[in-house]
Amino acid sequence: MNWISNYVRPRINSIFSRREIPENLWHKCDACGTMLFHRELTDNMNVCTNCGHHMGISPRERFHALFDGGIFSEVEVPAPLADPLHFRDQKRYPDRMRAAQKATGEKEAMLVVEGEIGRTPVVAVGQDFRFIGGSMGMYVGNAMIAAAERAVSLGRPMVLFSATGGARMQEGILSLMQMPRTTVAVQMLKEARLPYIVVLTNPTSGGVTASYAMLGDVHIAEPNALICFAGPSVIEQTIREKLPEGFQRAEYLLEHGMVDRVTPRTEQRDELIKIIRMMMKMPRAIKADLPAPGPDTAGEPLQVAPPEPAQDQSDPK
Amino acid sequence: MTRLHPVMKEYRWQLHLYLSAVIYPADVSERQMTNYLDFEKPLAEIEGKAEELRAVARENQEMDLEAEAAALDEKAGALLVDLYKDLTPWRKCQVARHPDRPHCKDYIEAIFTEYTPLAGDRNFADDHAVMGGLARFDDQAVVVIGHEKGNDTQSRLTHNFGMARPEGYRKAIRLMEMADQFRLPIITLVDTPGAYPGKGAEERGQSEAIARSTEKCLQVKVPLVSVVIGEGGSGGAVAFATANRLAMLEHSIYSVISPEGCATILWKDAERMREAAEALRLTAQDLHQLEVCDKIIPEPTGGAHRHRSDAMENVRVAVRDMLKDLSDLSPKELLKERRSKFLAMGSKGLAA
Repeated sequence: MNWISNYVRPRINSIFSRREIPENLWHKCDACGTMLFHRELTDNMNVCTNCGHHMGISPRERFHALFDGGIFSEVEVPAPLADPLHFRDQKRYPDRMRAAQKATGEKEAMLVVEGEIGRTPVVAVGQDFRFIGGSMGMYVGNAMIAAAERAVSLGRPMVLFSATGGARMQEGILSLMQMPRTTVAVQMLKEARLPYIVVLTNPTSGGVTASYAMLGDVHIAEPNALICFAGPSVIEQTIREKLPEGFQRAEYLLEHGMVDRVTPRTEQRDELIKIIRMMMKMPRAIKADLPAPGPDTAGEPLQVAPPEPAQDQSDPK
Repeated sequence: MTRLHPVMKEYRWQLHLYLSAVIYPADVSERQMTNYLDFEKPLAEIEGKAEELRAVARENQEMDLEAEAAALDEKAGALLVDLYKDLTPWRKCQVARHPDRPHCKDYIEAIFTEYTPLAGDRNFADDHAVMGGLARFDDQAVVVIGHEKGNDTQSRLTHNFGMARPEGYRKAIRLMEMADQFRLPIITLVDTPGAYPGKGAEERGQSEAIARSTEKCLQVKVPLVSVVIGEGGSGGAVAFATANRLAMLEHSIYSVISPEGCATILWKDAERMREAAEALRLTAQDLHQLEVCDKIIPEPTGGAHRHRSDAMENVRVAVRDMLKDLSDLSPKELLKERRSKFLAMGSKGLAA
């Protein structure tokens, strides 16, 4: 009996369980329910190949698809004070941060990089909605300032991909103060006469929309992205009536004159190249799948930020 | 039953108010107007008792209850000092939102002269949640802009409870541009629960209007000083408070989100607003430590709503001092100073 239960049964189980298909190979579209093969979805930048629904994408994945040869280098962002208010709700703020870092493998909610898009040098900033809702805290403010300073020193345009629920409550008033701080960052670009292009993705709301995300020279929105100051549920509670279909969505904003264009994610690269090259008075771009820039055009060596397990280990259990 | 004339019916409340004003002498009606906050309940009881004693004494001339009433007054005074000595953050929120607290309109009447309101954003409408125009402060011509909440049902509706729509921010932008053009200092008075979350406001670009207003604050080459006189609610406040110098009244608050909103999101329960108010660090004292607020303006004992003119005088002195501080700076320096203030912000945390 012992021999059977300890040896035979586990062997039999292991043979059968191995045949199970890993779950993450297929992804179900949130909108139409089509099963999409993961590689197909990644190749299409997380846009459903059946219905064109735009699913969330991390800044790193997006930049891999955006930059020539998928090569970019990160711009260093000065680290702010950690937990200046000693904030505690149901969880301690530092614990929330560590959980988000572990889940995303990123340091914070914003990624600042530089590289070339269609041989057009840019500084790009991407917000990560997976990281505490892409919320704007002091790091995001520092990131915007670092990005603007880098763009000004290199004489490059800046592109922002916004994705956020708004200000980070855990940093209290200091997160609110990122509204003027990021506005100063945008002013640096304007004074240097460098284009600042904002790509609004789903969702962009709150204090971010009310500061740097609405101050672009050109506003491009992703289809059906929610872009607002106050969210639809807050408005419904306030005015006590049902909101119309498509309210605060990209197309609605286009109709109301708040964005310049609504462009699908897969077409954004070409559009950005076109617009930036015109604004920078550069010659027309050659449309091609450009490889990575050669050694003569490369800026700095590729830095891949390793996820930081050190912090987790130091956490006393 | 007597039938009221339809006109009388419509105006009976006003009639009632009018009659009560006639019946009660001024000092009594002022006392009756006191709106007590929930934590002031013991105080209300004592003051109520003193009032009762005095009423009894008025009716029976032979009874002398003045000594007892005075003792109660003294007790009430001590209690008031005690209550306001160490207000919790949530109580501060309540005081900051007190309906009798002087509002923007009161400050403009009290500490400015020749106030000339200027209306409209030249685009869509005039937003009554935002007051603004030309005025003299200490005889110096200035532009004053502020949120007005209103002080009774009618005026609260007119002023939309101090919640501005895009037109309000665009009016402010226009006034700030004008101030910049004619080199007039700008004084802003902040008192808003936040920007209005409505359908039309969103359609007309609430977020863009706030962003542009903050941007304009950072662009003007004139002194810009701001005072939080009550509630500094989120982005709606930033749009006016991005100033060279920011002062806050002792019991005012300035926060990224209302305690109720924060409690709903983080605790999934709006009733946990006390904890949220603690966690958010929204009091003038905490903000001074974080170097977001440059100056705390003292309030009379028992809050600005108990001694309105004293509170307003304190604000006048603070604004005068802040403007004096900035008077030596050139237009370029003013701009630079404002920017570097915000760029440096956040380098200081709170002590554990």
